[in-house]
Amino acid sequence: MLARIGVASLDELFADIPAAQRLEGLLDLPHGASEMAVERQLGALAQRNVASGSVPFFCGAGAYRHHVPASVDHLIQRSEFLTSYTPYQPEITQGTLQYLFEFQTQVAALTGMEVANASMYDGSTAAAEAVLMAHRLTKRHKAVLSGGLHPHYAETIRTLSHMAGADARLLPADPQADEDIMAQIDAETSCVVVQSPDVFGNLRDLRAIAARAHAQGALLIAVFTEVMALGLIEPPGAMGADIVAGEGQSIGNGLNFGGPYVGLMATRQNFVRQMPGRLCGETVDAEGRRGFVLTLSTREQHIRRDKATSNICTNSGLCALAFTIHMSLLGAKGLRQVALVNHARAVALAKKLGALAGVEVINQSFFNEFAVRVAGDARVLVERLATAGVLAGVPYARLAPQAGLDDILLIAVTETSSDDDADALVAALAGALPC
Amino acid sequence: MLNNQGRPTQPEKASAGHRTFTGNRGLQMEEALIFETGRLDVTGVDCEVPAPFGARLGGLERRAALDLPGLSEPEAMRHYVRLSQKNYSIDAGLYPLGSCTMKHNPRLNEKMARLPGFSDIHPLQPQSTVQGALALLAELGHWLTTMTGMAAVSLVPKAGAHGELCGMMAIKAAIAARGEAATRRIVLVPDSAHGTNPATAALIGFEVRAVPARADGTVDPAAVGALMGPDVAAIMLTNPNTCGIFERDIVAIAEIIHAGGGYFYCDGANFNAIVGKTRTGDLGVDAMHINLHKTFSTPHGGGGPGSGPVVLSARLAAFAPVPFVRAGATGLELVEHAEGQSFGRMSAFHGQMGMFVRALAYMLSHGADGLRQASEDAVLNANYVRAALNDVMSSPFGARPCMHEALFDDEWLKGTGITTLDFAKAMIDEGYHPMTMYFPLVVHGAMLIEPTESESLASLDLFIMTLRDLAFSAKRGESERFTGAPHLAPRRRLDETRAARAPKLRWTPPVPVAEAAE
Repeated sequence: MLARIGVASLDELFADIPAAQRLEGLLDLPHGASEMAVERQLGALAQRNVASGSVPFFCGAGAYRHHVPASVDHLIQRSEFLTSYTPYQPEITQGTLQYLFEFQTQVAALTGMEVANASMYDGSTAAAEAVLMAHRLTKRHKAVLSGGLHPHYAETIRTLSHMAGADARLLPADPQADEDIMAQIDAETSCVVVQSPDVFGNLRDLRAIAARAHAQGALLIAVFTEVMALGLIEPPGAMGADIVAGEGQSIGNGLNFGGPYVGLMATRQNFVRQMPGRLCGETVDAEGRRGFVLTLSTREQHIRRDKATSNICTNSGLCALAFTIHMSLLGAKGLRQVALVNHARAVALAKKLGALAGVEVINQSFFNEFAVRVAGDARVLVERLATAGVLAGVPYARLAPQAGLDDILLIAVTETSSDDDADALVAALAGALPC
Repeated sequence: MLNNQGRPTQPEKASAGHRTFTGNRGLQMEEALIFETGRLDVTGVDCEVPAPFGARLGGLERRAALDLPGLSEPEAMRHYVRLSQKNYSIDAGLYPLGSCTMKHNPRLNEKMARLPGFSDIHPLQPQSTVQGALALLAELGHWLTTMTGMAAVSLVPKAGAHGELCGMMAIKAAIAARGEAATRRIVLVPDSAHGTNPATAALIGFEVRAVPARADGTVDPAAVGALMGPDVAAIMLTNPNTCGIFERDIVAIAEIIHAGGGYFYCDGANFNAIVGKTRTGDLGVDAMHINLHKTFSTPHGGGGPGSGPVVLSARLAAFAPVPFVRAGATGLELVEHAEGQSFGRMSAFHGQMGMFVRALAYMLSHGADGLRQASEDAVLNANYVRAALNDVMSSPFGARPCMHEALFDDEWLKGTGITTLDFAKAMIDEGYHPMTMYFPLVVHGAMLIEPTESESLASLDLFIMTLRDLAFSAKRGESERFTGAPHLAPRRRLDETRAARAPKLRWTPPVPVAEAAE
């Protein structure tokens, strides 16, 4: 090979690297290991974690444990999906393009919106991009963030807004959904960002907020972290939302310690040219047969460079595929059923916990996650319960230590939490709380 | 991360060839959308039916209709298997997309990522119950900082462009900390850069100024020197660059930038060419993202998920986002809230754990020796392809060695009536995925070929013979082989103009004939 290239040694090919910066020896890292040795090493690390399926488990707050049918993981591991690239050559990537078109249709239907894109990194980055999109649409630069927003989402939005020179005003943490967000909307407001179910689990009626925002020329961005809720509750599109940004992990995707997940973004048809991310559209080929292509790429960085709507290039393709397959298996009927089981189990657990001394359920409404006020610091309590083999939920103070809500514990209940799990939580809490 | 510049293609009508009743062609199945075949009363998921209970939905029960059909498991299997069969993949063939690095994805990585101890843990579980996961983050960070010779790493970014955003936000925070936020507002970006670079800089309020390239495709330190001043925040430079060439004056460029008070962001999309050959930190770089889905073999998955950790110099380390792992009193701890100079949080959780496991499995399997060899083999393979095609195709920068990808232009197609796009589409009929086309933008009709280290000599030879045959055919003026291509793929050329003119972005039920007539 070297002869055909016309060099005497491999080193000649690296001659452009300045001699002083060229590495002669090996990096100070181990030598390559066999497949078996790597399995052993990584297996040992995995063993040191408590898998959610191995204990009574009630953590949510932006990531949820659901049952994903075995066929989903099998299908997404097909080589043709797993090891293909972004579908730039549509003639030989119709598989990817068609599932993206199905994904966009499903997301639009679930959220009650006209169009959806081909996915974002995750819910939090989708929310941050939605705020910048609203700024472009309204030509204003002030966002109002509800105190019911997941604190990590609020921080993600504020970081990007701050860096982009925009203003994002976060209202105080609002555990009982009684903030007066409408009073914050004025003629300079670009958008108001409201999460439902909110981080405390409360369901929020968005209609009046949408009306007030629209009256001021502002947009309503609706956020969710638990997409499963949309099987049972009124979708944001039916309540006047202009942009919807949410986390789709619950459908098709595992917990994975926080990623990869799949951000969902949907909006009105006439806003689509300001939307970030990839879009798949229908067209025909030279023989008149239906086919799909990536479209409206004149919004994107590889064409528009510094004038692009976003710098996004990669999306969450394979996670979007998992979402689409799981959603296709569920259908509206299955989604409603699973959502109903989630809600039923959450209602039952809330009732049991509410009967415990030292525990107060603070929600008026919820889907599959609710907040309880406990005696003492919820972080200490959760650690104590973990030692007893129960992962009891997420202390709100872990998300927002400065909020002064150290006694709030967020508890998520899905179809994967059995009656025995619920009983174990109740018993462990009863034992751990001072009466 | 590249494409054909969105060039609208409006194909001419072509003859349909051999017709079948179903539209299927042997093993190639036509497949309807699920919305056309699924039924609203079907679900492929079994689920308990709860006893009647008092809902607590606060009067917000769904009233809007949800018309999403369901599929049984066998129906779903068939639908998605048939869709998959319309896709090209690295497992099925050479995928020479320059800059995208389509290398083999070892299946051990997939197996490791699916261990319940990694895949089934929650990002907000008590830290005492995820010490193994935190150790994995620390281990991956150690490999990345060692390979690059950098002080720190943030694993948070979810893709390459997100990594660029992370690095540039750290730079912006550092400049603000120096009290120069109002004055240093310019970012220098060479014309040949990935589109994500100027888009990232502009997204966070920087003004982008282009740096012209020299005749040999590299950046001239003198040109950087001429642009450098107290108003410049940073340069964003890809190395090896998008022409597949190592920026030989990179150290001088870094010195100019640093002397002028700026920071050096390196786009690490092409890091796969130099692992173990040189260290980023030794070159004077302050921040660089690493696409785990390129250099470290995590699957591209049809467009994601990616993962784009950013390594940072000592000058920028303090500005890294949260969360990150550090040693605590009782084990490893995750720092989740910004302290000191950290620019804050840029996504909900800790990064793409699923990708971290895969990338670390790849690193452990290869080791210091194997990683270096992978870079050497990638460069060797690219040069072999370049040398073997050099006499039939034209190179914008002459017959000089390249790094991991070989760049050609369309000078050699002049007078044939055949474009880069036509040539690429003809490759599809030969069973190859086309190379990256029309990128970098600075090269006319660019064809950027990256074979990667995964290809055997036999595979490269067949690829080369195929491209040579196509090149001779083009020069002989056999235009039908090109302008009508592809002839044999699941679809002929698609009408991109029509897709963009009246975007149809979701399925809608067909309008009944009676209504349509009104």
